[in-house]
Amino acid sequence: MNAQLPVHNLTLAKTAAPAAAEQEEALYEIRKKIYPRAVSGWFAGWRVFFVVLTQVIFYGLAWMQWNGRQAVLFDLAARKFYILGVVFWPQDFIFLTALLVICALSLFLFTAVAGRLWCGYACPQTVYTEMFMWIEQKIEGSRLQRQRLDSLPWGVHKIAVKGAKHAVWIAIALWTGFTFVGYFTPIRALSHEVATLGLGPWETFWILFYGFATYGNAGWMREQVCKYMCPYARFQGVMFDRDTLVITYDAERGEPRGFRSRDIDYKAAGLGTCVDCGICVQVCPVGIDIRKGLQYECIGCAACIDGCDQVMDKMRYPRGLIRYTTENALENHLAWKQMVQRIFHPRVLIYTAILWSIIFAVGAALYLRQPLKVNVIRDRGTLVREVENGVLENVYRLQIMNTDEAPHGYFASASGLNAIRLITEKQPIEVPAVSSMTVPVRVQAAPGEIKPGAYPIQFHVQSSEDKSVAVSEKSIFLIR
Amino acid sequence: MSDFVSSFWSGYVAIVTLLSILACVVLLKAMSSKRAAGPSAPETHGHVWDEDLQEYNNPLPRWWMGLFYITIVFGLLYLVFYPGLGSFTGIYDWSSRGQYEKETQQAAAQYDPIFAKYAKQDIPALAANREAHAIGERLFLINCAQCHGSDARGGFGFPNLTDNDWLWGGDPKTIETTILDGRTGVMPAWGAVLGEQGVKEVANYVLSLSGSKNDPQLAKLGKEKFAATCAACHGPDGKGNQTIGAPNLTDNIWLFGGSEKTLIETISNGRTGTMPAWKGFLGKEKVHLLAAFVYSLSHESGAQPAQPAAEAESEKPEEEKK
Repeated sequence: MNAQLPVHNLTLAKTAAPAAAEQEEALYEIRKKIYPRAVSGWFAGWRVFFVVLTQVIFYGLAWMQWNGRQAVLFDLAARKFYILGVVFWPQDFIFLTALLVICALSLFLFTAVAGRLWCGYACPQTVYTEMFMWIEQKIEGSRLQRQRLDSLPWGVHKIAVKGAKHAVWIAIALWTGFTFVGYFTPIRALSHEVATLGLGPWETFWILFYGFATYGNAGWMREQVCKYMCPYARFQGVMFDRDTLVITYDAERGEPRGFRSRDIDYKAAGLGTCVDCGICVQVCPVGIDIRKGLQYECIGCAACIDGCDQVMDKMRYPRGLIRYTTENALENHLAWKQMVQRIFHPRVLIYTAILWSIIFAVGAALYLRQPLKVNVIRDRGTLVREVENGVLENVYRLQIMNTDEAPHGYFASASGLNAIRLITEKQPIEVPAVSSMTVPVRVQAAPGEIKPGAYPIQFHVQSSEDKSVAVSEKSIFLIR
Repeated sequence: MSDFVSSFWSGYVAIVTLLSILACVVLLKAMSSKRAAGPSAPETHGHVWDEDLQEYNNPLPRWWMGLFYITIVFGLLYLVFYPGLGSFTGIYDWSSRGQYEKETQQAAAQYDPIFAKYAKQDIPALAANREAHAIGERLFLINCAQCHGSDARGGFGFPNLTDNDWLWGGDPKTIETTILDGRTGVMPAWGAVLGEQGVKEVANYVLSLSGSKNDPQLAKLGKEKFAATCAACHGPDGKGNQTIGAPNLTDNIWLFGGSEKTLIETISNGRTGTMPAWKGFLGKEKVHLLAAFVYSLSHESGAQPAQPAAEAESEKPEEEKK
């Protein structure tokens, strides 16, 4: 049984094609440069929307202020992660795990419903490639102009045009690197450092490194990243099933393809609706021919749908020769409504249910999170001391972490043994905003005649203003 | 510096290293193309999983092969700049020892002036200085808290440093000497000399000195024995002797415990207490700051409002629970 879609491998067919005579064959494939033709349409509009949305967030969010500090800042040196009104500490690592689980499940869900939506619209690789290609088109011109320019020998004009393109690319790449580093070093201070040429060595390195990666991946590597480097790209294809919406060429409607005049009756001429114009191939950013079926290179950008629909309009044929459809719908000629109903099959519903339950759990955990953490560190050297009249004393250090962005005072106490009391220099213990304080405390107890050994006790730390902010921690008390 | 016993082995290793890299180049070059009789069979790797899942043998992109060559260039450059080729240390002359020394020099250049500044000030002045106090506290928590406790109140056999009761003297100079050179306090075993009954009598007399619970009759008998055997170190009145570290027995502060049972043990078997010397490990300047911190624990000063005198207790939340 094979529930998965057949994914065609056409690279094989290409390499296997040439003549039979013995020859020297390179085992490495030279990249063939792809010149995607610009396309407009419904899906292209959505892609522009997502490019703008993600980049407004990426470039803009770094400059937003919140409570007199940067709204989103990952302060690695101080190990504090500020996201809007919340400050995450290393102890909150579970939330990062939860975020990754949510991301992974969303990817599964979207892929099961409509294939590589992430790749086509939101992946940084697509988004930056899209931006860089748009610049390329503005400076070098259309697909044909770009091809002609590349075939010309190097001359003043070519150097000027190419130089201008790379200059703009590098400028954007550096700005991207700068913005990226601006999420780890406050961006306003960073911009001041850039202006006064006072950048630190690591800031310089990361700006240049991230800038170089942007320039290289979006300008030069492009589809090679998706084809050879990206693990998501490879395993997303495996998550399709027969009810997943994928971009498909309707061969039944299109074949036999062939050039014809708009005015003849193509059915009478024995032709399908495909006019074999090749637009779908020309617009493809990964350089495949969708008419050969679903291929692993396809990033689901739907440029071929937009391209084909335009041609269909001109020919006055119905749209949708290339369209989002499912294997089942294509095979069984399902109506749109039937197809959509089938999309909500158990797999998609289970993904959705798990996803929402995790989102709710994380939301509740975030809402109930205490802005206070406590560690109890027992003094290892001094085991137990006798104070007077059978009162025993153990020494601890309480590490009180105030994760709130305001200073607070805390009362510390202990429980779990007879006449137990906690003594420290000063109560309440004042802890400045978003910082931790370690205070030595002594715990005394008069346990009476009980066996020597380690006894469990609890420490309680409670905010002096808000009684609901309280944390209890376990430790042990030694008795001899 | 070199790990090689003769220069032959250094040269041998260097040649093997270079030959290996060269072999990588040759191998890469040889494996990047093949003689093929047209489009022959190797369509897949020949493995089949899950009944029908096969792996295509697609060509790797050429830039990927370029990465292999880049690693070779990187390897050669590395061998030029860093040690790796026999005993050749590379043009940077890097070594882990060298890096360590450089970093310690940097740290010394940064911190020595701070310590030098404080080394000139006297201890009571430093005890009142917030910054010096904070440095001293950190030094204490790292080096001293293991025995004396995070709160400096000591433990079994380790003196409490906050109570202004001193074994060897609590003036600034003496505290500093104690930390610099260490101390060894020895109480000899008197069990064989005094006998079981004698020890018990002396123990009760010692208890009576600090007004602790004791048997007056035994204490009376113990008084003479104390004058004969113990007074040499602890003094005729039991007030101790700081020049030899003999503790004061009249103040109800006990290093090894003040019950009759522990006193009998102490007198019978003797005790030895050792404070290690810190001069070699920390150096005089850090010990100076430590001494100031220790001094401040039992001497209140203006800058230290939060020192032990102000012992707020944790009664408030405790009561709420009840």
